[in-house]
Amino acid sequence: MKYRSVFDIIGPVMIGPSSSHTAGAARIGRAARHLFGREPHYANIHLYGSFKETYKGHGTDVAIVGGLLDYDTDDTRMSKSLDTAREKGIKVQFFEEAAQTDHPNTARIKIGDEQDELELVGISIGGGKAEITELNGFELKLSGSHPAILLIHNDRYGAIASATTILASNEINIGRMEVSRKGEGEQALMVIEVDQNIDDSVLSELERADHITQVAKISD
Amino acid sequence: MFKNVAELIQLAESKGEKISEIMIQQEADVKQVSREEIFSQMERNLAVMEKAVEDGLKGVKSHSGLTGGDAVLIQDYMRDHEPLSGNLLMDAVSKAVATNEVNAAMGTICATPTAGSAGCVPGTLFAVKNKLNPTREQMVRYLFTLGAFGFVVANNASISGAAGGCQAEVGSAAGMASAAIVEMAGGTPAQSAEAMAITLKNMLGLICDPVAGLVEVPCVKRNAMGATNAIVSADMALAGVTSRIPCDEVIDAMYKVGQRMPTAFRETAQGGLAATPTGKQLEAKVYGMPLEKE
Repeated sequence: MKYRSVFDIIGPVMIGPSSSHTAGAARIGRAARHLFGREPHYANIHLYGSFKETYKGHGTDVAIVGGLLDYDTDDTRMSKSLDTAREKGIKVQFFEEAAQTDHPNTARIKIGDEQDELELVGISIGGGKAEITELNGFELKLSGSHPAILLIHNDRYGAIASATTILASNEINIGRMEVSRKGEGEQALMVIEVDQNIDDSVLSELERADHITQVAKISD
Repeated sequence: MFKNVAELIQLAESKGEKISEIMIQQEADVKQVSREEIFSQMERNLAVMEKAVEDGLKGVKSHSGLTGGDAVLIQDYMRDHEPLSGNLLMDAVSKAVATNEVNAAMGTICATPTAGSAGCVPGTLFAVKNKLNPTREQMVRYLFTLGAFGFVVANNASISGAAGGCQAEVGSAAGMASAAIVEMAGGTPAQSAEAMAITLKNMLGLICDPVAGLVEVPCVKRNAMGATNAIVSADMALAGVTSRIPCDEVIDAMYKVGQRMPTAFRETAQGGLAATPTGKQLEAKVYGMPLEKE
């Protein structure tokens, strides 16, 4: 089931005017920000479908950038996000894409700084709920209804075992898990949905584990 | 976890509980937090809705200038005249409009189930409140009852205008509100389902055609009609009228109609009212662009 909580239906509390084009878009931007782990220096935002057609009127651009600035859906600073990003020296560019996507509200966001870049595809499925469907070229499905951990790692013996051992020793139950890799021995991604929220101490433990290069948490 | 309306009603009837109670219990199970925490979170959403209605009734204007001020006009009219459709209906209409005007003006609202359809629920709730005098707890329960129906629609069909047209947004919101009115007025869980079915049936095929792509025209007035539809259907269900097509089948029909809707009618601002000469003129004016853009 896509929606697991009554607050997905009654909520979010948000700044208008559109739950899918404003609140959902802000959540996609914020997911990118959290996965990147810090404020990016640049953001290239590609909009598809209904996002592309109506983003100016709905403030989808404003909302995605608000998310990149780590604003929640009801943050009243949202309407000034483009100005704020400019003042902070973040270079933001929008691209209107003609390509057809599976979902009408799709955004592809590339953010980065001198050290690193991150690319993510998010869809806004309605009522303010967003899903991340792709991360750094890996296809993935995040429901958003459970806290999830994303682990970028090297495809090596023991990488998965070391992660799950850490979770088990912290008494964290895994609800769903998905592993994919670019090729044998290459970069890989673990997506782990868990039942409860995860402390930062567990995340730093995971960061230190064998073959794991990047750790991020997504909570609902 | 209930998967459809039939299961929801069966659960409520077998336990002898209200639909709101079934929703509260499920939420507490899913989130693994206390009943009190769930309840107070919903109470905060109720407060946001109340504030949005208040703000809208003071008069707001959107940035585009396309909407704003109608909620005030309706309240003034009610003060000076006896509305033909009755005070309760017009009160609901003005409060639904108030909420959507605040939304269009980029104010703070609670999406129910979406921002574009955020007016039906508070519109009906704060109008019916004056008639039924509910406690604060009953008002919070109102939100859980309609949340239960919205939960089914979101999981089995859609609540997104871009995916399923306005029938999925204002249609769902109105149906949900209708079910909650029935519970608040003392109706049975089965009557709530009938009210939801009757409302949604009358919203089938509603396209999403926002002028200039903005959540303003026709969204604001559609919420007004959604609220009206919800109250009338609730009265019909309370009178014992039933829907010949069961609620779950109506929801499924809504989903299938949405899937077959051309993209021009799914929030792309390319069809319906958005494509009328005046719609195009307004779009050009809002964005300061020449009329023939293609």
